Amino acid sequence: MSGKSFLDQLKKEFSGKITGENLTALDPWIEVSPDGLVEVCEFLKNDPAAQFDLLNCISGVDYLEPDPKKAAKTGWEPHTEVVYHLSSTVKKHTLVLKVILPRWKDDVPGQLPEVPTVSHVWRTADWHEREVYDLSGVHFIGHPDLRRILCCEDWVGHPLRKDYEMPLEYHGIRGR
Amino acid sequence: MPLSLATLDPADIQKSQQDYLWTINFGPQHPATHTTLRIVLKLDGERVVDAIPDIGYLHSGFEKLGEQLDYNQYVTVTDRMNYISPMANNVAWHCAVEKLCGLELTPRCKYIRTIICELARISDHLLCVGAMGLDTGAFTYFLYAFYQREVIYDIFETLCGARFTNSYTRVGGLFYDITPLVVEKIRKFVQDFPAAFRDMERLLNRNLIFVDRTKGVGLLSKEEANNRGATGPIARASGVTRDLRKDAPYLAYNDFDFQVVCATAGDCFARYYVRMEEMLQSLRIVEQAIENIPAGPINVDIGERKNLPDKREVYQTIEGVITHFEMVMWNRGFEVPVEEVYCATEAPNGELGFYVVGDGSNVAYRARCRPPSFIHFAMFPYLIKGHTLSDVVAVLGSLNIIAAELDR
Repeated sequence: MSGKSFLDQLKKEFSGKITGENLTALDPWIEVSPDGLVEVCEFLKNDPAAQFDLLNCISGVDYLEPDPKKAAKTGWEPHTEVVYHLSSTVKKHTLVLKVILPRWKDDVPGQLPEVPTVSHVWRTADWHEREVYDLSGVHFIGHPDLRRILCCEDWVGHPLRKDYEMPLEYHGIRGR
Repeated sequence: MPLSLATLDPADIQKSQQDYLWTINFGPQHPATHTTLRIVLKLDGERVVDAIPDIGYLHSGFEKLGEQLDYNQYVTVTDRMNYISPMANNVAWHCAVEKLCGLELTPRCKYIRTIICELARISDHLLCVGAMGLDTGAFTYFLYAFYQREVIYDIFETLCGARFTNSYTRVGGLFYDITPLVVEKIRKFVQDFPAAFRDMERLLNRNLIFVDRTKGVGLLSKEEANNRGATGPIARASGVTRDLRKDAPYLAYNDFDFQVVCATAGDCFARYYVRMEEMLQSLRIVEQAIENIPAGPINVDIGERKNLPDKREVYQTIEGVITHFEMVMWNRGFEVPVEEVYCATEAPNGELGFYVVGDGSNVAYRARCRPPSFIHFAMFPYLIKGHTLSDVVAVLGSLNIIAAELDR
């Protein structure tokens, strides 16, 4: 099944939930709205023609370029992306799903953007989502155990957000 | 259970169960964790009722560093991820960068990278099975495995000057070309390894103590392996026929004749056995590749402006001078497209993927790593539940958890 026909089928199945696509990129991707993510993922996993039974990776990317010169070059608007890389061990194909979120929920700094969890679809998503929450600051609704995983429990901030500042001290250890 | 719980109310049951269970700290410093990781075990007598992994002791912000160091500098950091097989990490990182830049490697470079990847796979599997033997009481076996690892270290030292942290690859090429001395050493290794391998097999494959401790322990079904994201030898020991070297051939894997090793049992012994057989398949690849290395340059064409040109070119051609200048000046460097790629390679431990976002400069905007150990360690509580405390080391050993890669 080619990328284009597959996308058409997905769009027919979930009208309005597939909000964008880029088939000319190096890794072509499909954008899914947060409220349709779980449905789409369950379909992708169970559909006999798709069978995406392996979730390779969930990555959080924070797009924010404070330098106006660089920002003009990249053309990025400030936003946060959660990227899902799927593949099928049976059909040997891959797919990239994206959920595009505002950097802060309702544009209130400090309120983390929200995505529904897919940890009940693929169990491996459990730790991936904890890592994305910990480092990139995305809140996964419905996650069974959303705690920090790599940083300490009392760590402040999410280190891979572009506006993160290293703390001056942590329990008496000098930071910067 | 010490008493009939049917008459107690649920809160009391939970409380009495909590009192009844032992809580044991496994790690962070423990000889069998090999590095720094911690598991809180809940024990009922000797049975493990629950295991709660606690990681992050070795978190050193590798992904954050990836946003500060340029594409060539970051290779030194990838060395320190899975330090058991740094060459495989180097190759994985630069495969991703080259996919981002759209570079096509020279045939010679592809062959050399394939050889070092497979040598790294052998050395990784040697450590894994060796340590697994050590943890279950087979000390001799461990020494046999480590002697062969030492030979591979020697090959790498001759190749690039470093034994442990190789940093051998560069964007679009390699640090050094392979020399006749290295070829000779690899040939000798290919010749000698099967005998050592037979010794190792005879020591452990039918050793009753080892087989009893690993057979039927830490069962992972095929469905669960996929659902929990297992890749590499661990998935293949559960019957998943997925090997990126065959499914999506990269480097020169298409040119070689080798088999994907699979088992169906999905227990610790199957994982041990798959790793053992994979070493032989890797040796087959090395054997075929070392005799057929194509001639030609190891780096991509100078016009790509992606790596430092040869000194002879710098002194004798204007193109060489310009490229050298562009590469050395910190604010010039090479340019990458504003794109993002996910590139996965079959590392010894499983699928090692890098998700690189380029912003046009010579530093990655985001360098996400998908480490196999991280995913495999997440299934540890599932694998160990119901087994005994002494099985913890057997399961940990069979998963080959490298904490530096786990925490990054």
